[in-house]
Amino acid sequence: MLRRAALHRAAFVPVWLLVSVFVAGTCAGIEIAHYDFSGSIGIEGRWYPESALHPGQRDHASGFVLEPEFYIEDVEGRSFTLAPFFRYDAADSRRTHVDLREAYLLMFGAMGDNEWELRLGVDQVFWGVVESQRLVDVINQVDFVEHPDGTAKLGQPMAHATLSGDWGVLELFGLPYHRARTFTGRRGRLRLPLVIDDDNIRYESAAEEWHLDYAVRYSNSFGPLDLGLSVFDGTNREPAAQLEITPGGELNLVQYYTQIRQFGLDAQLILGDWLFKLEAIQRAGSLDLRGREEDYVATVIGVERTLYSIFDSVADITLFTEWHYDDRDRDAPPSRSPGTFENELFAAARLAFNDVRSTEIVASFIGDLGRSSHSLAVGLDRRLSDNWSLHLEAIVLLGTDREDIHYSTRNDSFIELNLSYSF
Amino acid sequence: MVRVFPVRSKAALFTTCLSLLACLCMPLHISAENATPEEIGLNIARATDERAQGYGNFTARQTMVLRNKQGQESTRSLRVKVLEVEGDGDKSLFVFDEPRDVEGTAFLIHAHKVEADDQWLYLPALKRVKRISSANRSGSFMGSEFSYEDMGAQELEKYTYRYLRDEACGELTCTVIERVPTDRKSGYSRQVVWQDRDELRTWKVEYYDRKDAHLKTLTMDGYAQYLDSYWYAGEMTMINHLTGKSTDLNWSDYQFRTDLNARDFTQTGLKRVR
Repeated sequence: MLRRAALHRAAFVPVWLLVSVFVAGTCAGIEIAHYDFSGSIGIEGRWYPESALHPGQRDHASGFVLEPEFYIEDVEGRSFTLAPFFRYDAADSRRTHVDLREAYLLMFGAMGDNEWELRLGVDQVFWGVVESQRLVDVINQVDFVEHPDGTAKLGQPMAHATLSGDWGVLELFGLPYHRARTFTGRRGRLRLPLVIDDDNIRYESAAEEWHLDYAVRYSNSFGPLDLGLSVFDGTNREPAAQLEITPGGELNLVQYYTQIRQFGLDAQLILGDWLFKLEAIQRAGSLDLRGREEDYVATVIGVERTLYSIFDSVADITLFTEWHYDDRDRDAPPSRSPGTFENELFAAARLAFNDVRSTEIVASFIGDLGRSSHSLAVGLDRRLSDNWSLHLEAIVLLGTDREDIHYSTRNDSFIELNLSYSF
Repeated sequence: MVRVFPVRSKAALFTTCLSLLACLCMPLHISAENATPEEIGLNIARATDERAQGYGNFTARQTMVLRNKQGQESTRSLRVKVLEVEGDGDKSLFVFDEPRDVEGTAFLIHAHKVEADDQWLYLPALKRVKRISSANRSGSFMGSEFSYEDMGAQELEKYTYRYLRDEACGELTCTVIERVPTDRKSGYSRQVVWQDRDELRTWKVEYYDRKDAHLKTLTMDGYAQYLDSYWYAGEMTMINHLTGKSTDLNWSDYQFRTDLNARDFTQTGLKRVR
């Protein structure tokens, strides 16, 4: 529990500092030009039709999500954004969690022909171009209990400076605190036989979660080509699992975060209605599945193409194909979604009806080319009214290879229904 | 966004006439005795384009009312920011306020005169800026009867023109011009445009699809003059004759020559959008 207390303290201290600064500033005569309160409340139910493999696991996960957002801007264009997050899950107490997704002060201005921008506080950053994996995207930790696809992220405390001009965009990040990944608890599905300890987290660095990480990204566009080059030096966002024996003689699975250095490249080329995508990383300092420190290279290449107004209707269909490669091969640890990405093929189709309700159906398949692990995801999104919207999805694990670390989640196909009210 | 062919001041009109004369082009309102219909059409389009220039930038609010055949309505509310770019197409930014589930979603267009436009989408839930293909000319903008092509800047170079006739339109006299998109990806084979002779305001556009069927009709009304020169419509209605659906697009809160600048129309600026 100490760990959680520390996490909360760490996450909230900078926020209260910023709030205080802002309030003080306001009292000192900053004129508020604009403010906004928005957000969403969602109710969600998940059903796992296949029987649980591990003791304690439930067949249902239901609860609600609350995501308010408060925004305030002064006459100079400086702003403060506060976006907390709360999920309640009736089955898994670990999935019931609070996070600060965003709480940052934003300033920007001109510097000759260039522009500067500074973001201070807790924020979310997205890097990359592909759809099925977040390979170069290394700033934020994954909020894994939210969804196995790994798209939900925990807020990351940072100082983020951007300089941009005709020569491109240069971003500098100082990241003073590490967030540990969230994992399912005893009653939750999509876990290993042993529940991952989230109270005792091990770090390679003596500074533990307070190690100062840094990152730099340069990006530029050359006509139809967008290019991004990035470096990250600091605490890995992907944990290695370590087995420990507690004083009581029980086995305990703990997260261990090493220090890594990652070079990243992301590129996208648009040719007519074709999009060609590439992401690649070279990473040193992380541990493979056998616990060995190994430098490695991983890439993902992809193609996206939209066919407009199909069958003389207003509907569009977008087709995606992506191929993942990791040179650690079978020793690649599980990545952010169910499946390692050492040699996987992803294919998806998104049908957008372009109707008043913004109805969309997405079907995707991801399969290991070397093993017999395949999964299918089908999702439907539809707006029900100006405020209500519906999300329905099914994740079907068609097969999980015995050799795969995800073999212990082979019965965790699920159907999820989400109704959300936006305000 | 649908550009409304604003009209500049009388002084500027004088200059335009001079420049038109200087380049031995046909001035406006001269019958087709010496000029071909194509030359007259182009001259009117060029004059319209020149009258629209010099506004600098503006912000405005848009309310879209989408109506289906049964008369059921759905509303979209968005803010628009437009920056005039000298020697190139305009930069436009659309930010959605309603429906609430897409609040904060933003769409950035860098229009170009001849080559394909550049387009980016900002998805606030993921904090992701996604550069998208601009090949989707004929797709529906937010489920409305306006296509991306209709919403983009109507650059002079994007069409070839042909003068058809003059005819009465309400109390005004309109010139009727046919324009043919130069882009193969356009959803239209041609468009027929009604503009009044005095101020070159557009009152009606008929859109013909690739099979030359009369697909849609746009009518524009509620014109107001800004900065003593530029005429912008307050109300636009697009009717789809094939589906019976229609979209009203109402403009309000026009503000010209604000402190907007090129930095607000970059990918970094797009992530700041509220």
